Amino acid sequence: MQTVQFPAKFEFLDEIREFVGNIARENGFNDQAVYHIQLAADEAASNVIEHAYGGGADGMLEISCGVKAETLIIILVDHGKSFDPSEVPLPDIQADLGDRKIGGLGIFLMRKLMDEFEYVSSAHSNTLKMTKRKA
Amino acid sequence: MEISTQEFKHCEMIKVKGRVDSATAPQLAQALEKANEDGKYKLVMDMSELEYMSSAGFRALLAAQRNAKKYNRGEVVLVGVPDRIREALELAGFTELFKTFDDPLHAVGHF
Repeated sequence: MQTVQFPAKFEFLDEIREFVGNIARENGFNDQAVYHIQLAADEAASNVIEHAYGGGADGMLEISCGVKAETLIIILVDHGKSFDPSEVPLPDIQADLGDRKIGGLGIFLMRKLMDEFEYVSSAHSNTLKMTKRKA
Repeated sequence: MEISTQEFKHCEMIKVKGRVDSATAPQLAQALEKANEDGKYKLVMDMSELEYMSSAGFRALLAAQRNAKKYNRGEVVLVGVPDRIREALELAGFTELFKTFDDPLHAVGHF
């Protein structure tokens, strides 16, 4: 498992995607899976930056990534406000244009793109764990 | 991310290159809003050189489509959507909200 820390700012999303993408690629995940992993990590980090830290704060987010038994694991830890993605209602992806909700889409994608999705909030930190098996 | 626009008789083509995420999506949203402010609601989004788009970009597209279709004044259509991005749009149920074309000429000809 490799761990890196990033300032909780949107301009670091590129590096976050690169970090998980490189680990996925080195471990033989195909291009499609790499894209899915990068997108899920981006959506997770974006949610932390936007909701846990409210966009402008000086928070840090810690991201760990590794592969064990053909399964890639991403663990994202922050020290901001707890924000339980599992409590966010799923968007109605069948709704007409006018009824489409703007929110919830990132979480919906993370769940679709990854195999497992788990969120734990404690007094001092929030931890999101996602896994994806090699196809 | 890089955005360029090209005027046609009946529509405007907005080409977005590179990566659209939460950091760059506001710029894309701004370009789409600017077109609307100039009275342009018939828009072709050329995505052929787009490498990546997260839900932040999807939201910008959705807002633009809503605004364009209001009062039947226009529409946003997509052209050259790369496979990976198309898959993510499909997962999000967005492909039903946008007409998509493979060829820019067909997209422009739609208007």
